[in-house]
Amino acid sequence: MHSVKKKGFGSNLKESFFKNLFKISGLLTILTLLGIFALLLYSAVPAFKEIDLKEFFTSTRWDPTSPEEPEYGLLSMLVSSLLVTAGALFIAFPVGVAVAAYLSDVARPKTREIFKPVIELLAAVPSVVVGFIGITLIGPLIARVFKMSHGLTALNGSILLAIMALPTIISISEDALRAVPQSYTEASLAVGANHWQTLIRVKIPAARSGIIAAFMLGMGRAIGETMTVLMATGNARSFPHGFLQSVRTLTANIAIELGEVPYFTTHYYALFALGLVLFLLTFIINLTADLIMEKQKRKLL
Amino acid sequence: MLNKKNIKKMKGFVQMVLVVALAIFSLIQPGLAQKKMIQIKGSDTLVNLVQILAEEYMAKNRGAAIAVLGGGSGTGITALINGTCDIANHSREWKPKELDLAYEKGVRPRIFAIAVDALSIIVNEKNPLETLTMVQVGSIFRGEIKNWKVLGGPDQKISLYGRQSNSGTYAFMQEHVLNNKNYSPEVKEMNGNAQIIEAVTQDVSGIGYVGVGYLYDESGQVRKGIKVLKIKKDENAPAFSPLDKEAVYSAKYAISRPLYQSTNGKPSGVAADFIRFELSPEGQAIVEKEGFFKIGQELMEQNLKNLK
Repeated sequence: MHSVKKKGFGSNLKESFFKNLFKISGLLTILTLLGIFALLLYSAVPAFKEIDLKEFFTSTRWDPTSPEEPEYGLLSMLVSSLLVTAGALFIAFPVGVAVAAYLSDVARPKTREIFKPVIELLAAVPSVVVGFIGITLIGPLIARVFKMSHGLTALNGSILLAIMALPTIISISEDALRAVPQSYTEASLAVGANHWQTLIRVKIPAARSGIIAAFMLGMGRAIGETMTVLMATGNARSFPHGFLQSVRTLTANIAIELGEVPYFTTHYYALFALGLVLFLLTFIINLTADLIMEKQKRKLL
Repeated sequence: MLNKKNIKKMKGFVQMVLVVALAIFSLIQPGLAQKKMIQIKGSDTLVNLVQILAEEYMAKNRGAAIAVLGGGSGTGITALINGTCDIANHSREWKPKELDLAYEKGVRPRIFAIAVDALSIIVNEKNPLETLTMVQVGSIFRGEIKNWKVLGGPDQKISLYGRQSNSGTYAFMQEHVLNNKNYSPEVKEMNGNAQIIEAVTQDVSGIGYVGVGYLYDESGQVRKGIKVLKIKKDENAPAFSPLDKEAVYSAKYAISRPLYQSTNGKPSGVAADFIRFELSPEGQAIVEKEGFFKIGQELMEQNLKNLK
């Protein structure tokens, strides 16, 4: 602190300026989050003047422009979102953790130096491109393997989202594995365990909370993805009964309908209500992941 | 003598001037462009046709700039109501709710029919069926007929492809073919006519509906991989194909419809001139070349009245 004071008034001013600048930036982020939440809430509430809350949460039929009787039920879309996400994690989580273990424990430093940036590059592939791969490559493949006439199914979405969630899962799991103190490994090897046993029985359990956080963040990534599922899953509104069916997720539905909807109508507000549900869902998932990671940090310190 | 510090300062100054100049320029530029740029937005069925009309028009009138965007009829009409486009393309009529909203916001739509479309029902080329009745098409898309076997085809589950609810084609189909009943929830909702064609090409048990202009490829041939079904008005009527010009012009083909453009109030300037071009014999020749149909006498008279 002394040395700073010696530099005189100008330097002090500069320091407090930047301190405040960063503080304001931080506050701005929080304000933005609160603002988004407030806007969603404000735009979602009027929907329930006309829509029955029970219908909204328990009906499987979403057809706001129906000439017979409009209905606003989110259940099919919510289950579709969860189904596609669950499928994605079922594929991406084991693969992701395996790759993370390989990178942290098996791979030589040189190999690791090549693998890491390549995996991170995977996260930079635009979702439209991933969706396009789903339409032209994975979809037809699914159709052929399962002897169906088309491949625009939940499974298609799951495979694509797995690809997109992989970088998140790998990167965070690997950080967690590398954060396990060297002494754990040394102790394990000293009592006669081999590398494999050390990895499976000592390191992965020690990094458990970080790996769970990777799982949660991968889930958050998958559930919020829009363009890819919009292109790849066929967007049928029916209630999903399996992975080989066309489904429409919450995100896809909002993307499809928000552009067309006349402003300030029940349909418009209802889409914001869907957005609010999605926001709360991802917020809870990310918050849980954060809490778990925080816990791991404290434990390892 | 210039020392290093001064050079640095000068460099900094020049950089700052450049940044400020760039900022000012970028502020002014869209303002300049907006003066002449006409924004057209809406129907996916119309987007290719209007794009080609706009290109022809711009080739003749240097200085006029027209941007054509798709998105769906509902999107176009909403954009016109919200004041974010100059001309809305739509393949269905205005809904009463939309008109109410427009009047509430001070928007007074003027509607022009610029072409006629024959809504076409397509299946995969491997499908043995050739004709369907209107009632059958309705039942298929309502989800009442679920297997091709019922219609004399192979024992395959029917795989439905349609448009999203912001599409005018979706709305037109629902009103005129489904008799205002709900679509089956099994319909896979695609993002545009081209995507439906692509999907039906790949799907042996697929069926979909598209605007007639999308049936042809660049060389004017009907696209490979699809079969355009002939439609009967009812059980006893003869079947007609949307590819049969005479049948569409004489209204023997059962599902044809005008395609529209709307402006807010009487169009003026480039917008008016462009609409006049679309309605001219030259414009209508392009309409026909792109696979759509010319508008009839009655609609044309209505159009000209709306231009005045």
